[in-house]
Amino acid sequence: MEILVCVKQVPDMESKFNIDTSGTWYDETDLAYRMNEYDEFAVEQAVLVKEKLRGDTSVADTSVTVLSIGPERVKDVIKKALSMGCDRGVHIKDEQYQARDPMENASIIASFAKDKGFDLIFTGLQSQDRGSAQTGIIVARVLEMRCVTTVVGFELENDVITAKRELDGGLKAGFRTRTPAVITCQMGLNKPRYPTLPNIIKAKKKELTTIEADTMATAERMVETDALFHPEKKGAGLVLEGEINDQADKLISILREKTGVIK
Amino acid sequence: MKALIVGEYRNGETLECTYELIAFAKKLGAETAMFMVGGQDDPPKYDGKLYMADSAKYGEVNPDVHTKLLLDVAHQENPDYVILSHSSYGWDLAPRISFDLKAGQVSEVVDIDDGSFVLPAFNGKLHRKVTSKTGITVVTVQSGSLNMTEQPSGTPEMTLVGGEDIETGMEFTGYEEVESAGADLTKADVIVSAGRGIGKQDNISVIQELADAIGGELAATRPVVDAGWTDHSRQVGTSGQTVSPKLYVACGISGAIQHLAGMKKSEFIVAINTDIDAPIGEVADVFVVADIKQFAPALSAKLKRA
Repeated sequence: MEILVCVKQVPDMESKFNIDTSGTWYDETDLAYRMNEYDEFAVEQAVLVKEKLRGDTSVADTSVTVLSIGPERVKDVIKKALSMGCDRGVHIKDEQYQARDPMENASIIASFAKDKGFDLIFTGLQSQDRGSAQTGIIVARVLEMRCVTTVVGFELENDVITAKRELDGGLKAGFRTRTPAVITCQMGLNKPRYPTLPNIIKAKKKELTTIEADTMATAERMVETDALFHPEKKGAGLVLEGEINDQADKLISILREKTGVIK
Repeated sequence: MKALIVGEYRNGETLECTYELIAFAKKLGAETAMFMVGGQDDPPKYDGKLYMADSAKYGEVNPDVHTKLLLDVAHQENPDYVILSHSSYGWDLAPRISFDLKAGQVSEVVDIDDGSFVLPAFNGKLHRKVTSKTGITVVTVQSGSLNMTEQPSGTPEMTLVGGEDIETGMEFTGYEEVESAGADLTKADVIVSAGRGIGKQDNISVIQELADAIGGELAATRPVVDAGWTDHSRQVGTSGQTVSPKLYVACGISGAIQHLAGMKKSEFIVAINTDIDAPIGEVADVFVVADIKQFAPALSAKLKRA
């Protein structure tokens, strides 16, 4: 069985963001980067499938390819995925990553995947940076694969997938489908493992190929970013800074005055 | 300008977000028509043309089937915009149709700005203004981002669509309700809610202690529940409960839009967070810049003494 996992590298969301001179992106200087949180569930699920099928003589060996699009630095998240148990990495080197829209990114992934016969493609539900929640679904459309999104439960038996989709307000919906399929993963699907030191060392020896994106983006850009900016603070709430005990005293007196709940 | 609104129907009822989409289309200045897979005996309150497919036949949430039905109507109506809610239904369906319609898609719209759309980015810390360059644009709208002023009213001019069987490679096997046992947060006057900023599971007890000291119920954000630090019945947000207590204390919560949607109607909101730029600041009446792990015990001690 051939599995593809698509991961994205995003800045640490706790970072302080400053808008750069282009006005459409942020200043990347000194920011810490990590794997998009939703994608960790995708990597873990791919590795779980592989582990489950290991030793099953009725299927050929399972191999998990991890792919990421972006500048040189995204190799770090590919290496993390390799140390979590993926077998080989593909870096699609792209210097236009700041401007690509989901349709373009999906076309890049589909160009890579189209002749490789992937049975399963796992992606995160969305990215934490732009959060469009489109790319995985469009990949499925281009490759004419079935697609289940927002998945919080996944079982595979031969080529039959039993998946649980999260709807809203705690409701879930069960689906049965077959491979080949794209699965977009929601938080809580599994417990992503931490790479162990031996596995980090092993990962350094795994194959990591680089391909240039320009030849692979077959879609036109349809959505253009005009500006990236800090939202106006509408709340205009009171800010309490300083020493903890003073803050606590002030808060208690405010709550006494403004709410009826503290005596 | 013409917009095709995609209504939502779940467990035999029209969902509230359908009416938000009507308001959104009005704000956009578009004439509207609506598509819905729902119940024809109980259509949404709407003055306009409604293309209704029968959910008894086509299911309430089957993406393949709904994609086909919606595409047929979109080709017929030829709208400038197709508008869906940024819900599990809408964000799933939207890219499926935008691919076929060769339409640019803008996701999670919170505002309209002179033909451009404003979307949250970076967990809501930043906003992004985007323009679609295609003749037809698919839009998903963040629920709660518009102030709805009008009560829904009207009777649609209904056209039934579908009828034939539609092939699908996905079989819906049923809904699963979340276990309802546990806390009913909707009735609480005071909620003290834990976010990822509490650091680790052991610190849930620190937040519980604060909840006890104020006389409130413990709640949590999705990541805290997913990590197994507390149970799902305490989750606030779009995938948990929607609450509006007299006092909501957000402890180490950054304020992802899905969480804000579940608590921003609270009467008084206190946020305790080290990051003054955290989006929870947008809804907070008081923002305490502090590490919750130190602040919560200090506040609990004072409240108990008082």
